[in-house]
Amino acid sequence: MVFSNLIKVSWKAVILNKMRTFLTMLGIIIGVGSVITMLAIGEGSKQSIRSQISQMGSNMITIRPGSQRVGGVRIDDGSQRSMTLKDVEVVQSCMNIDAVSPIVQSSGQTIRESNNWPSTMYGVYPEYLDIKKMELKKGSMFSQRHISQSSKVAVIGQTVVTNLFGDEDPIGKTIRFKSTPFQIIGVLESKGENTFGQDQDNVILVPFTTVQKRILSITYVNSIVASAKSEDAAKQAVEEVTNALRKLHKSNEGNDPFSVMSMEELLTTVSSTTEILTALLVAIAGISLLIGGIGIMNIMYVSVKERTREIGLRMAVGGRSKDILLQFLTEAIFISVTGGIIGVFVGIAAAKITTFFTQWPTIITGSSLLISFFVCAITGIFFGWYPAKKAANLDPIVALRYE
Amino acid sequence: MERKPIIHIENLKKEFQVGDEVVRALKGVSYDIFEGEFVTIMGASGSGKSTMLNILGCLDKPTSGTYELDGVSVRELSNDKLAEIRNRKIGFVFQSYNLLPRTTCIENAELPLFYNHEVSAAERKERAINALNLVGLQQRLHHMPNQLSGGQQQRVAIARSLVNDPVVIFADEATGNLDTRMSYEIMGLFQDLNRQGKTIVFVTHEPDIAKMSKRTIVLRDGLVVEDIVYEHQVDAKEELAKLPVTD
Repeated sequence: MVFSNLIKVSWKAVILNKMRTFLTMLGIIIGVGSVITMLAIGEGSKQSIRSQISQMGSNMITIRPGSQRVGGVRIDDGSQRSMTLKDVEVVQSCMNIDAVSPIVQSSGQTIRESNNWPSTMYGVYPEYLDIKKMELKKGSMFSQRHISQSSKVAVIGQTVVTNLFGDEDPIGKTIRFKSTPFQIIGVLESKGENTFGQDQDNVILVPFTTVQKRILSITYVNSIVASAKSEDAAKQAVEEVTNALRKLHKSNEGNDPFSVMSMEELLTTVSSTTEILTALLVAIAGISLLIGGIGIMNIMYVSVKERTREIGLRMAVGGRSKDILLQFLTEAIFISVTGGIIGVFVGIAAAKITTFFTQWPTIITGSSLLISFFVCAITGIFFGWYPAKKAANLDPIVALRYE
Repeated sequence: MERKPIIHIENLKKEFQVGDEVVRALKGVSYDIFEGEFVTIMGASGSGKSTMLNILGCLDKPTSGTYELDGVSVRELSNDKLAEIRNRKIGFVFQSYNLLPRTTCIENAELPLFYNHEVSAAERKERAINALNLVGLQQRLHHMPNQLSGGQQQRVAIARSLVNDPVVIFADEATGNLDTRMSYEIMGLFQDLNRQGKTIVFVTHEPDIAKMSKRTIVLRDGLVVEDIVYEHQVDAKEELAKLPVTD
């Protein structure tokens, strides 16, 4: 049969059973739609994580106490306290390292007159700003002199400003954190939420020594951040720092009481996590596509059974097995592809709606559309094949007399 | 004038394997049907007439013997080739019409031409309309089968069998589902077509229908027992006029 005739005949069959065709299509529409939505959510979160991490500074290196690997490795109970300023010095002495800052942190209520707000206070070096790629909106950062004097000065984030000061200018004002008064000398430029939903503006930066000695009275540091001399040097820097710290802690691979991670590694870790999550979501969505495919197979079986006499007739008037096969296959593909096209639009719409209601970023890539489309064409061929083959193999004599 | 044989069969045999038993449906049948003939094949059920028609209609192949349709030996042909023969040389009319439901008369009539890639869409439609005119359905071109009487539906089926201009039309109990009046109308139509030169082979078990053809071949137990050529063909339209008018 000529292609145009094939289309005509299949279209006719589809049109004659509008409701049935639509319901069958619905399975594919939902399947494809959900695959596309899930891919869009996955891609969206991946992209936003990427951009945020690179915003944080791609040459940043984070050193934390404790083992990066937990499974099967014994963790020293005191590992959380295993890092001190000695580690900071060791990191500073590394060739590939540009700047270093220890971090000690404490969370608690911050009070200003009758207002209070829960926030986190970070005790850091002045270099912290550069390492973290943070900017000052107004005022100034504390200096080395503030560190050596354990001054009670603070640079605060936008959230803290909003909640404690409203529209007032906070510079020069005093806030209290755990009953210690701090004078505000600077305000940070807003950074917004990070990928994990954490408010990056709800911070109070204070000289390292002030938090360590005055607030917490501890001798260790919570973590260390450093910046590599350049982005390219980040990898070498990680290696160098690891080796230097191993020397200091007399540890070796597998039982290091610390972990060193560059942003690039963090990026890979986070990306792989989101990728696994995306794969999971898509797999679940894929199951609905599969069920849609089975729906097509089911309806094609019904159709072949129902139209047995028609098949017999078509064969009697000159339809070859091949023609019958193609006719039913075209019908199946027609349903799946039309469903696929509608599903693509439904998927795009669903992604947009998801973003609208949840603020999750969604990105629809051309490849996801293309893949979904082809998967559904293949679904049509795959699930349409067997019923079509059954139709094509009918004996016209038997089919013509089928009741 | 030498008449051209449309159908030539010689010592045709057909056997079926049913379980352990071999059923011999046709035990060696020979005859010729010439161009312009109107032949009825009669026989009780089990006489082999259905098997006969399936083989003649190229829907089935004989176990042994010769079958030539319009000069083509059919026994060696592949299934696809048989489909092509059916498409180009044969018209079928069935007892139960076998029209496509919810499909107009035109679309039903043009169906065989869908499988002939030499015929364009426009020509297809034109030929379908011509065929429908020929069977007297020019007023019903866009009707669906469920809007037509049984007789009209069978006319659509006849139009469908004519649309590819076949060398022979096979009718399988084509009047079996119709009352006497409609049966005679249909036979009248077949007689008209035959007068216009169409070769018709008509399977029936009704003797009054058989007498409206020119020749009857009677099968019994897989063999030809009688081959009657009628001297006087009963005119279907005359018979129709004789029928008492009912409401």
